[in-house]
Amino acid sequence: MKTLGDVKVGDSATIVKLHGEGALRRHLMDLGLIKGTRFTVVKVAPLGDPVEINVRGYELSIRKEEAAIVEVS
Amino acid sequence: MAASQLHVALAGNPNCGKTTLFNLITGQNGYVGNWPGVTVEKKEAKLSRDKSVTITDLPGIYSLSPYSPEERVSRDYLMSGEPDVVIDVIDATNLERNLYLALQVVETGLPVVLALNMADLVEKDGDRIDTRALSARMGAPVVMISALKNTGIDELIAEAKRAAAAKGKVGEHAFDSAIEEVLEKIESLLPRSVAQGKRRYYAVKLFERDRDAASSLNLPAEAAATVENLVKQCEQDCDDDAESIITGERYAVIAHIMDECVKKAPSKMSVSEKIDRVVTNRILGLPIFLLVMYAVYYLAISTFGTAGTDWVNDNLFGEGFELFGQAFPSVPMLFEGWLTSLGASDLVISLVNDGIVAGVGAVLGFIPQMFVLFVLLSFLEDCGYMARVAFVMDRVFRRFGLSGKSFIPMLVSTGCGVPGVLATKTIENEKDRRMTVMTTTFIPCGAKLPIIALLMGALVGDAEATWIAPLFYFLGVIAVIVSGVMLKKTKLFAGRPTPFVMELPSYHFPSIKSWWLHIWERVSAYIKKAFTIIFASTIVVWFLSNFGVYEGVFGFLPEVTGGLEEFTDYSVLAMLGSAIAWIFAPLGFDTWQATAMSITGLVAKENVIATASSLLHIADGSETDPALWQAFAAMFPSMGAIAAFGAFNLLCAPCFAAMGTIRAQMNSGKWTAIALGYECAFAWVVGLMINQFYLAATGVFSVWTVVAVVFAALIIFQLFRPMPKWAWDEDAPGSGAAATATA
Repeated sequence: MKTLGDVKVGDSATIVKLHGEGALRRHLMDLGLIKGTRFTVVKVAPLGDPVEINVRGYELSIRKEEAAIVEVS
Repeated sequence: MAASQLHVALAGNPNCGKTTLFNLITGQNGYVGNWPGVTVEKKEAKLSRDKSVTITDLPGIYSLSPYSPEERVSRDYLMSGEPDVVIDVIDATNLERNLYLALQVVETGLPVVLALNMADLVEKDGDRIDTRALSARMGAPVVMISALKNTGIDELIAEAKRAAAAKGKVGEHAFDSAIEEVLEKIESLLPRSVAQGKRRYYAVKLFERDRDAASSLNLPAEAAATVENLVKQCEQDCDDDAESIITGERYAVIAHIMDECVKKAPSKMSVSEKIDRVVTNRILGLPIFLLVMYAVYYLAISTFGTAGTDWVNDNLFGEGFELFGQAFPSVPMLFEGWLTSLGASDLVISLVNDGIVAGVGAVLGFIPQMFVLFVLLSFLEDCGYMARVAFVMDRVFRRFGLSGKSFIPMLVSTGCGVPGVLATKTIENEKDRRMTVMTTTFIPCGAKLPIIALLMGALVGDAEATWIAPLFYFLGVIAVIVSGVMLKKTKLFAGRPTPFVMELPSYHFPSIKSWWLHIWERVSAYIKKAFTIIFASTIVVWFLSNFGVYEGVFGFLPEVTGGLEEFTDYSVLAMLGSAIAWIFAPLGFDTWQATAMSITGLVAKENVIATASSLLHIADGSETDPALWQAFAAMFPSMGAIAAFGAFNLLCAPCFAAMGTIRAQMNSGKWTAIALGYECAFAWVVGLMINQFYLAATGVFSVWTVVAVVFAALIIFQLFRPMPKWAWDEDAPGSGAAATATA
């Protein structure tokens, strides 16, 4: 399964599914990360984590650990 | 609720300019930062131009889901029946995501006005928003405003009053017909008591399996089962879960609205992106950050700030000063002259000058430094850079159980613990915030520098021995790390690492007004402390060290001893010091003077040196005076004891001002006690280990050697044992945790 954390800097991808359940999953959905959403990985922090993505016209910082529940293609 | 009072709720995403709007229309001085999640609780104030209107500023939220405390506070208030109208503040430069919350607010059935904030920026970008079409689609009036530039505000208030009077028409955004069908069926199952306007809200909530909403409805079991079947069927048909279905539908509605109402100018790279390219660059990010912070501290501590502080200490509260060729007396000189002319006794003059003016003055002396520090830090925070710092530093801090946001308080604490503790406000997670409050004052602050200088002198007899100072800094940093790792494994702080999903706001130049408010809020809190806690405590300390029993007579010692220079030896402070000196015996310092120094250090760390020079009878002893070093060193049996004294005083509970701030931030007596208790216990244990291991190295063993070894073993155990299993259960019982924490 390819997740949001696997997308390389500068690349774009489309969300396929959000795995897991509960607060984090809902929070990501509320922020607009839902099935079919296209996003771009803008950069990665100097120490390799977290990553910054551009989604729905704004910038979001997310740790790779949390990005792991977001399946992309 | 008085019939004449109109209640207006302000809702909106974090960082949408809601608090700026609130401050603007109510004249309040709330804190605004370009940092998501600045408002944690709801705030209430009257509209400044019309006192019959009450404005409630709700915390910034992304959704009305039942998960975070901010979301719960907001929706409980919205559904409480109190608000007559909701102003939903929308960052118009980020319309798509902001509309997601707006849709849900409209769904509550309350009259809503949409305030499209940052209209000026939209115009600058060249985007065009068709407000009339948007209003029709959302079923709510839309007003373009700029809270920063103060435009469109009158129209917004007028529109809100109109909407409240009209009691609103319900917005009619429609989801996919299959979903609408199910929602309709659920609506028909709702009890009659649910008002017409709120039926759709509850139907959607039931569909989402929102437990809070379900329990507030108290649905009969049969109806609840029917709802569950309907939702399950729908989930099967859509091959998705209920929450995803609703979220997807909402964003689909928004996509339609965006198509219809917004014309985006061709996107070019924004200034914000250009700045970001550089400052969070993979290679340059960290060095730039270090450079920025070095510059902040260089300006605040080494140049402007210190120049101001030195001036205050040496002139205003010292020798007097000259201005425009005219000599001015210092504050103590002024008081002395004034009191003498009134015929006041030595006792009163001593109380005022040695007690109050010296004590309060020492604290006020820090204001120039703090002011410069806050001017710079507030700017970095308000412009959006601090959010990037959290992004850059998160990886480091997660290692010991904190998030990137804990870094700023620690950094600020190198200047002063008071603003450091205040800076924890921006950490949303309660456990993280508490832990940061507890550990941040381990970092040596400016007032601890003289102690370090004194230790340097006493240990090696050389003020130039610059390798000692960083050693004590490292001690502070290690104390933070060790405490973080240990505390995270106790029941008080255990839990999964808090998710770090954070919006990185666009950079903007803060408005001068909100920048100033931000600075003033912090500086004024500090000044208030100086005239309350510090004021009271200096009187107490003065009394304790100037009154006592000499040859059977209790009284003002400089008088009853007949001008004896060593009068403090007979003071109440000496008696108290002797009485509790046994506590420090295992640390190697059981003289009452050393104890008294530590006690007065709890009032203000500056006191340690002041007390040392007065108790050791060295007139005007400064931390760089070799006579003071020798007299100070003579109090201790060994080098180990000196180091233990230093470690204890640097790590134990901070000064009164910082303790007061901890109390305010914890907002709980119990948590304040835990924080201060932990700090003192940790400081004592570290002091014990330093002294006992030093003694052991020189061949002296006692029962305390064993105690020190046991403590060391416990710490190592707590550091290296794996995260306990129960730590992953969110409902882990909280009992017995304090014992582990202090071990």
